[in-house]
Amino acid sequence: MELLFASAIGLLTAGGLYLVLRLRSFPVIIGISLLSYAVNLFLFGTGRLVVDLPPILQKGVEAYTDPLPQALVLTAIVISFGMTAVVVIMALGSFLSSRDDTVNIGPETPPEQPAQENEA
Amino acid sequence: MSHWIIAPIVLPAVLAAILTLAMRHHPPLQRVFSIAGVVAVLAVAIGLTVQASSGAIDVYELGNWPAPFGIVLVLDRLSALMVLVTAVLALVVLLYAVGTGWDQRGNNFHALYQFQLMGIFGAFLTGDAFNLFVFFEVLLIASYGLMIHGGGRRRLKAGVQYVIYNLLGSTLFLFALGTLYAVTGTLNMADLAVRAAEIPVEDSALLRVGAMLLFLVFAIKAALLPLHFWLPETYAEAPAPVAALFAIMTKVGAYAILRMYTLVFGPDLGATAALIDQMLIYGALITLVAGMVGILGAKRLGRLAAFASIGSMGTLLIAIAGFRPETTAAALYYMIHSTLAGALLFLVVDLVRERRGPLAGALKPGPRMAQHGMIAALFFGSAIATAGMPPLSGFIGKLLILDAVRGMAEVWLIWAVILTSSLIAILGLGQAGSAIFWKLAPETGEEPAPEPQPALPLVACFVMLGGIVALSVLAGPVMGYIDATALQLHAPQGYIAAVLNGG
Repeated sequence: MELLFASAIGLLTAGGLYLVLRLRSFPVIIGISLLSYAVNLFLFGTGRLVVDLPPILQKGVEAYTDPLPQALVLTAIVISFGMTAVVVIMALGSFLSSRDDTVNIGPETPPEQPAQENEA
Repeated sequence: MSHWIIAPIVLPAVLAAILTLAMRHHPPLQRVFSIAGVVAVLAVAIGLTVQASSGAIDVYELGNWPAPFGIVLVLDRLSALMVLVTAVLALVVLLYAVGTGWDQRGNNFHALYQFQLMGIFGAFLTGDAFNLFVFFEVLLIASYGLMIHGGGRRRLKAGVQYVIYNLLGSTLFLFALGTLYAVTGTLNMADLAVRAAEIPVEDSALLRVGAMLLFLVFAIKAALLPLHFWLPETYAEAPAPVAALFAIMTKVGAYAILRMYTLVFGPDLGATAALIDQMLIYGALITLVAGMVGILGAKRLGRLAAFASIGSMGTLLIAIAGFRPETTAAALYYMIHSTLAGALLFLVVDLVRERRGPLAGALKPGPRMAQHGMIAALFFGSAIATAGMPPLSGFIGKLLILDAVRGMAEVWLIWAVILTSSLIAILGLGQAGSAIFWKLAPETGEEPAPEPQPALPLVACFVMLGGIVALSVLAGPVMGYIDATALQLHAPQGYIAAVLNGG
């Protein structure tokens, strides 16, 4: 189980890193999502992997699973979910305003263009 | 246990919600309440600093759960100082934003501003590593909104880069925290310090990995080369008041390095001793050089100011890398100075950009702008502060750092780099100033009628400059507080005892 778990995290991280290095914002966002899945699994694993054990104190139970990483993962999931939503909206706004999905900012508009002029 | 410790976090959070829900369509009300909120936080920050200056470490247990089981907020001298600096900066920058009308160029500026403050205050006050992550995310998600405030093609593109870079940083932060938790079984900083010290050196490989990952995260925030790539475009393209407020964001990274590597992975901890020192010194030296050369090479004022803030982070991190009370004290003084000076430079740059029409921030001669002399004087003052020339506090700060690093092995290298890079910065700033203020383009036909300029932005800039002057004049009392702060920071037993024994 440990091998499967570790290699899953490794695969997700590798795929995520590869996608993050792409030049267009869509694969980059997918890459960031993959990385956040990897880190969620990783956090979950930091409490040691055990099967079928309760996280809450009970009478007559000797072994427990660590409940804290589960709480941490929950927080991390919520945050990464919100962040992904933000970056999707921003990338979409950037795409719609420049008709271009590349991450590069591109050549300078001569001279420095005051951005507020673009406001509708 | 005083409840005031949590006020800098709760007040902006509640105010931001009210601003969004109840005053969405009332800009004047939003302005009044936002300014009033920051004034109130400033008052609380002054009170907290007075409280902390007694040397006592106050612990606030959220939900009354004792540490290490619950999350704690800790108020020591360093936290109080950082909160105070942030509150002062926030008030001046907010006045500038209101005065120039930047806050009305998009929606929800004030609410985002308050959330940003909540995140920054939280990051400075928390005593829990995972809580630090959460507050980092709060301040980041607010900064994403502020960064693209007002919109525009280049700003949105720069904003996307900024978000992506910081999301990667957050992922790294979680990996670091996961590793540390796996090794020590705790995330409370004081408890981490105790448990890390109990791990035998030969078993400490994972601990070192965690410490190193954590350092990388904070180095991204502090824009240490080569992890600085998010900064220049972000700061150059962000709305000016936001860029000025971001002057404190890089300091959050510096603060976190200082906190974690004195408290948890201190110089006395065998496993991680000298793990980051060398890397930090050389990284910081390169950061300083890159920042100052960037000032010389910048073609636009926005990028010039952005590279100036990279350079000042380099100077600051050199001093932090000493990890000794005297270097830490010098670093803290320079941190206050560079926050004010960096913010002032961004505000002045914005004043210039707003007055030069289509030329904006390009370093080319243009027609005479409105209030030419006054803006030139402000630029001159902020350039002196940025380059670290006498008589302003940048000079005192650099002098303190030069003096404090005398005990370090790399002293000659550090002196050479700091002095040479200061010269380069003076050249770069002088070149920019003369291109904009001295070489005037020939008048093209009739002069446009001078528009009435609001006074508040200038007042805000002069208050900021006054703050720098005050920091230079009152350097004695300030250093008194800071010296005690550095000593407190380098004797973490007091912090650990206060947190684990329930304050």
